[in-house]
Amino acid sequence: MTLMQTCLYSRHIAAGGKMVDFSGWQMPIHYGSQINEHTAVRERAGVFDVSHMTVIDVIGQDARAYLQHLLANDVDRLATLGQALYSAMLNHEGGVVDDLIVYRAPEGYRLVVNCGTREKDLAWLQQAAEGFAVEMMEQAELAMLAVQGPQALSVLNQVLPTDVAQRFKQLKPFECLFEDDLVVARTGYTGEKGAEVMLQKDAACALWDRLLEEGVMPIGLGARDTLRLEAGLNLYGSDMNESVKPSSCNLSWTVVHNGRNFIGEQALINRVPTETEHKMIGVILKERGVLRSGYPILCDGNQVGVITSGAFSPTLQSGIGFARVSVEETSLTQLSAEIRGKLVPVTAVSLPFVKQGKAVYQLLAD
Amino acid sequence: MAEVRDDVRYLASHEWVKLEADETAVVGISDHAQAALGDVVYVELPEVGSRVAAGDEMAVVESVKAASDIYAPVTGEITAVNRVLEDAPETVNEAPFDTGWFVKIRPDDAASLESLLLPSAYQALCESEA
Repeated sequence: MTLMQTCLYSRHIAAGGKMVDFSGWQMPIHYGSQINEHTAVRERAGVFDVSHMTVIDVIGQDARAYLQHLLANDVDRLATLGQALYSAMLNHEGGVVDDLIVYRAPEGYRLVVNCGTREKDLAWLQQAAEGFAVEMMEQAELAMLAVQGPQALSVLNQVLPTDVAQRFKQLKPFECLFEDDLVVARTGYTGEKGAEVMLQKDAACALWDRLLEEGVMPIGLGARDTLRLEAGLNLYGSDMNESVKPSSCNLSWTVVHNGRNFIGEQALINRVPTETEHKMIGVILKERGVLRSGYPILCDGNQVGVITSGAFSPTLQSGIGFARVSVEETSLTQLSAEIRGKLVPVTAVSLPFVKQGKAVYQLLAD
Repeated sequence: MAEVRDDVRYLASHEWVKLEADETAVVGISDHAQAALGDVVYVELPEVGSRVAAGDEMAVVESVKAASDIYAPVTGEITAVNRVLEDAPETVNEAPFDTGWFVKIRPDDAASLESLLLPSAYQALCESEA
């Protein structure tokens, strides 16, 4: 299969990007040093090409009712144009089909879903639309840049057109503005201040060039992963999938039960009594080393869970991970990770690990 | 292009080994290997005094990307490990052939190094992997 390229491909090469196959796209894993890129976002500002993500507009007179049925979070929380909401969409068993951000657009709604789940999501959206007067339009021509870091907002204020910058300054987190083909949203995947910008391809290339002129560092997928992990944000396919319920992957806060009967709601309510209850916690290695997904988590010699995502945290200078553990069997003060056959003690902590450059986790106790 | 040192021998698994004047063999990983791994964040080293056989997994290098085993190029006794890597694992990226070395081994048979890859053969291997 031919790998797809975003409109910024030649710019990635020019910036020294090491390109890898990411769900069918040729994307930069890093531009030299993943750790330097991670630190640049925590301390200054970085730009990510996220044009591979799937953008779908939902319009039609039933758009709101349809999304209230489709999503576990309630789009009625988007009271006015220019607001955004994070949500999971569930299958009938209550497992996560995908996670997404939904924006309230001038006409209807805009969804941004993962690129690795694109075909499955499009089919799911179509099938769930049965009986609703809605139309789905994928916006494959759009590019998307994420600009993140303590200096991201001030740099964007300089490089956005003056009238757009004036409006941008007023935005709070999870708010967005629409200006013709340009969408600027105060969202991101790093735990830093910043924005995600959707725009036409040539405008995206021009914005990329301006950001680099201002000293913003290009950031690859490698640092994107360690930044989101420190920020306590899930990755679809690692920390959640179709057999994982929101309560098992720290997403209960995104599920709104208010009688609107969304897909999967019955399965969440009618929990099978014999089913083991799981929760997701943060863990930090007490010794030097790195946690990786798949490592078993043990308590008193028994496996009680598994690492779903792990890495070396450049901010904490320790191995960190998300652990999905059984609620009943787990003593949070006596956990170990099994690393190459050896037990290494870990500290159980709340998520996120890091917010806006600082360690913010708390120790968990039983 | 990654540097291939002329005065060392190589394994196909990207370790280099060099015989010192005192007949100990210094072992590290190649420039090509460190570049492929990305930022090194942790190195697990063997005990000084332990015995290794050629082909044994004797150390582990963990980068931002993955954990990789480091294989012993010769049979012998570990006489030293590079403690610098415990606190500064990034030294492997910065100077893979010099201060980023991993272990020293006193080989049972120093002549066994001669069966390892010559720089020209290793260069060809790296090019075929590129």
